[in-house]
Amino acid sequence: MTDVILRTEGMSKSFGAVMASEDVSLDLRAGEIHAIIGPNGAGKSTLIGQICGAIEPDRGRVVLNGADVTELPVHARAQLGLARTFQISTLAMEDSVLEHVLLGVLSTDQPRLGLWRGAKSYRSAEDRARTVLERVGLSAVASRRVAKLSHAQRRQLDVAIALTLRPKALVMDEPMAGLGTDGSRMMTELLGRLRQEAPILLVEHDMDAVFALADRISVLVYGKIIASGSVDQIRSNADVREAYLGDLL
Amino acid sequence: MISEKLLNGALIAGLLLVVLHAHLTDAPFTITLATKVAILAVAGVGLNIALGLGGLVSLGHAAFFGIGGYAMGILASHAQSYVPLMQSPVLIEGTKSMPVIWLVALLASALAALLIGALSLRTSGVYFIMITLAFAQMFYYFAISWPAYGGEDGLSIYVRNGFPGLNTLDPIQYFLVCFGVLVLALLVSFRLRTSPFGLALNAARQSTARVQAIGQNPFRLRLTAFVISGAITGLAGALFADLNRFVSPTMFSWQTSGEIMVFVILGGVGRVMGPLAGAALFILLEHLLGGVSDYWHIYLGALLLGVVLFARGGLVGVLTEGRSGDD
Repeated sequence: MTDVILRTEGMSKSFGAVMASEDVSLDLRAGEIHAIIGPNGAGKSTLIGQICGAIEPDRGRVVLNGADVTELPVHARAQLGLARTFQISTLAMEDSVLEHVLLGVLSTDQPRLGLWRGAKSYRSAEDRARTVLERVGLSAVASRRVAKLSHAQRRQLDVAIALTLRPKALVMDEPMAGLGTDGSRMMTELLGRLRQEAPILLVEHDMDAVFALADRISVLVYGKIIASGSVDQIRSNADVREAYLGDLL
Repeated sequence: MISEKLLNGALIAGLLLVVLHAHLTDAPFTITLATKVAILAVAGVGLNIALGLGGLVSLGHAAFFGIGGYAMGILASHAQSYVPLMQSPVLIEGTKSMPVIWLVALLASALAALLIGALSLRTSGVYFIMITLAFAQMFYYFAISWPAYGGEDGLSIYVRNGFPGLNTLDPIQYFLVCFGVLVLALLVSFRLRTSPFGLALNAARQSTARVQAIGQNPFRLRLTAFVISGAITGLAGALFADLNRFVSPTMFSWQTSGEIMVFVILGGVGRVMGPLAGAALFILLEHLLGGVSDYWHIYLGALLLGVVLFARGGLVGVLTEGRSGDD
């Protein structure tokens, strides 16, 4: 248990009569990619919302590096190194790629942001921002406004911003969504490289990517985890095949 | 099209040239108009921090403008009547010193902005607009029902307050005082805009989830911006009251809030020099069209409609279109 970075314990959330999460307990260990899969409406996004603090669970708790963060708001969890990417873009369309990443670096280095000195005069922060952009392959478009980026580049930028937090754990909500074959391959390679930097809780529908990346997979159906195990265990699980994977294998 | 930097320089230089020409041709009324432009631009600079940078559509900035005005009126009226403001537990006397009055105006309006912001920023959209409007109206009716300071009739100050080393009764000297404050306010606005805080505030305007995800509290960002915004608008109120040597509940009225917003929209929301361009255009229209008809606001309305429909960047945006974006 010592290498568990992030875990949920008995997390439950209902919206009226709909149980979006039911007694969900899972963990994320150092150096691994733990994929959460399941059909549409299984409660994956609700689960991520609860882990990251956007949705308050009815019961259960979230523990990051041994500390209970259940009562903390989104920004406080982020300050502790819980980084996330979004299924639907939340990027600021008017801002440049570099501004997004630079802001992430500045915010991580000094959460009380300065009010006077120009953001671009923080040389070491800009250097780190450019290094992060290079790692995700966005150096060439550093000065481009987000509105002018391709969908795949926006996904890459989302990952870059998460990396600026020096993350303890990465929670990624469908990073392959909307990417073509090349885009998915590129993102799969990128996530594969990142796992040693921070473990990744990966919610994803692209099963090729999941099978290529995941060390463990948990299957969420109607808010409940019906199976959890290695790729081979999940592939051969009869319940999982019936509930979700049947046509995808 | 010209670059925004060039336009900014031209706006500042233009205002100075108008005043210089008026001074040389002995036209004090024009200097007074230019002073009014500078003061109203300061109010607009304040609102532009909340509105342009933070996306906070405040229809209550008259509250801060009025607080600044009454800070001047109350302190100066006590100084002029030689009656202390307070005798116990500590003796507080009135003052005719502009720097002291400015400090009080800044602190009082910042405190009001902190309280109003702490409550109203828990809402957004139309609710935020309505709550800020409601606060300003509360101040408006409070001022009307405050007979000690003139009630509905307002408060007159016989002699303009003093600034060390200057004769503020001389129009050109008072203009220079207000112009100096405007330059400082513009500098604050510019630095704020390019600072890490400004970057985060601007990002929060576009996407709350984005700034939360990098560990920033959007409420705190917006509240800080609202307080700075309110304080600058309060300072403008003190200058405006000194210009007129008169303060009245009208400074708190929703029309005043609307006019400050009009300066910002006409000039260009979020543009550093937008408030100056907007205030200059507003005063110019008021001066030129006001002589033609008492209902000159009809033309202003048509212009505002045109800006909103066809020139979202305002006057500054129209003149610099295509020059501010990169890549």
